[in-house]
Amino acid sequence: MMKKTLKRKIPKLIGLLLTIFSFIIIFTPILVIIVLSVNASTKGYSWEGFTLKWYVELFQNDVMKEPIINTLVIAFSSTIIATVLGTIFAIGINALEKKKRVQMMVINNVPVVNPDIVTGISLMIVFSLLSFTLGYYTVLIAHVFFSIPYVVLSVMPRLKKLDPNLYEAGLDLGCSRISGIFRVIIPNISTGILSGALMAFTMSIDDFIITYFTSGAEYMNVSTWLYATLSRGRSFTPAAYAYNIIIFAVTIAIILFVNLKRDRKEKTV
Amino acid sequence: MGKKLIIMSHVSKRFGDQLVLDDFNLYINENEFITLLGPSGCGKTTCLRILGGFETCDEGTIEFDGKIINDLEPNQREINTCFQKYALFPHLNVFDNIAFGLKIKKLDKETIHERVMNILTMVKLTGYENRAVSTLSGGQQQRVAIARALINRPKVLLLDEPLAALDLKLRQEMQYELKEMQRELGITFIYVTHDQEEALTMSDTIVVMNQGKILQIGTPEDIYNEPNSRFVANFIGESNILSGVMKDDYLVEFCGHEFECVDKGFKKNERVDVIIRPEDFDFVPPSKGKIVGTVDSLIFRGVHYEINIMIAGVEYTIHTTKYRKIGDRVGLSVEPNNIHIIKHIDHA
Repeated sequence: MMKKTLKRKIPKLIGLLLTIFSFIIIFTPILVIIVLSVNASTKGYSWEGFTLKWYVELFQNDVMKEPIINTLVIAFSSTIIATVLGTIFAIGINALEKKKRVQMMVINNVPVVNPDIVTGISLMIVFSLLSFTLGYYTVLIAHVFFSIPYVVLSVMPRLKKLDPNLYEAGLDLGCSRISGIFRVIIPNISTGILSGALMAFTMSIDDFIITYFTSGAEYMNVSTWLYATLSRGRSFTPAAYAYNIIIFAVTIAIILFVNLKRDRKEKTV
Repeated sequence: MGKKLIIMSHVSKRFGDQLVLDDFNLYINENEFITLLGPSGCGKTTCLRILGGFETCDEGTIEFDGKIINDLEPNQREINTCFQKYALFPHLNVFDNIAFGLKIKKLDKETIHERVMNILTMVKLTGYENRAVSTLSGGQQQRVAIARALINRPKVLLLDEPLAALDLKLRQEMQYELKEMQRELGITFIYVTHDQEEALTMSDTIVVMNQGKILQIGTPEDIYNEPNSRFVANFIGESNILSGVMKDDYLVEFCGHEFECVDKGFKKNERVDVIIRPEDFDFVPPSKGKIVGTVDSLIFRGVHYEINIMIAGVEYTIHTTKYRKIGDRVGLSVEPNNIHIIKHIDHA
């Protein structure tokens, strides 16, 4: 009797331990940064008491101000452009006959699976061939470029779910071909567009490699700035940790928001 | 019957190398309830979509109220459509679904409200205006779809198998209501279905189609009583199709006997097909009947029995209220006007 229950308990116990272990691996780095972001010490990793001053300094420190603003400006503008273009592409691709649609989706997925380093270098070469000056605009173009496929990928499933007669019903009831898209299609794929936009936004904020190759010497976002600081052998201000934590918190908030909203929707339907 | 409202002449349509509509000619009168009837893939839905403006035809012209409308967009036609799966807008409630067309026409709020409320009464959905369409039953969604189309006061309403998804009882109810609506509103209804019973019940005119061609146009009575081909006879109700020989005007031979009939104009001794509906046979004592056979099987169908009778190796289907045992010998008689003669066409 005793043996049997023990036999059953051991696999369960191993499972539990493995789960705990994986959670530790996943979350320790984040925990470390959380701790460092409230650590009063400026150098090294010794604990010198709790403080929130790095969060305040984040908004006062002139050195960090510029990369942060750059990151946000690029993230917002590339998100808007990529979302609009991606939605248009998705609607267009969805209207194609099946064979062409599949082909277009394969083309769409190439940038998604393409390693960032390849995308980054090839974009850099294209820009220099076109003799563009690397800077804000080239980074913006690059970010729009790599965000669009994600928008297409998140809008597409919503479009496929729609009754194919829905758009025609709109035309039938008086819509022109353009206003039918705004009055009938867009409202019914809005959740897909929103999640596509959020994806584009996080991809843009997150990006280092492609930005690194397309930004030139002057223009920096937070990740390229952090890299530049480190490679010059300097340690950066703990405000950088604070920045990471804020980004992390915002991301978590967005994920929770999207998931909760979806749960509620599924319940009411 | 009013004037000709729609004239389709020599309309052809291909999808790839498949000819879906083949030199299609049809006129539709004002205030007519016309049904396009045929098996799936016969081109009836394509015909409807061309009228609605969702497809363009490759050849031919479509005339509406005296004007050629081939190149008009759907929103420029005085035609509205009731789609097969309703295609209600999921993001709008019942009221806004129905008001959709009026809002695009930019009517003022009070007029819209009044007209929506009126039409809700007509389709018996008063009190449902704030419901989400996903919470409605199939029958209710169907009514919203009809209301949404009719509120624009079109001259023509196209209906693409609108009752296909409903259960039998509801379907019969809706058939009746649709017919009522059409009569009251005086709108031309063009109805597409593969259900022959639906077509017979509701239509003023039935167009029987197969493989992109019109086989027969006529009133339900014409189509049922005087089918012009094997296909029509088989598709509309059940039929016994026998091969026979036309002996003379008003005289046909089949099953080894000569029968009086009401058809003429065939050549002497021409091979013909004889169509007799299962309900048109009467039982007579075997000694008095020209056709004599044995009851082979029997199914109770509610209103009538379906009895299969073997006569000289050929099985005849008969609908009758009279009971006969399996193995009984029976004689059959047919009234001359229930014998329908059509040209014999060799095909599989």
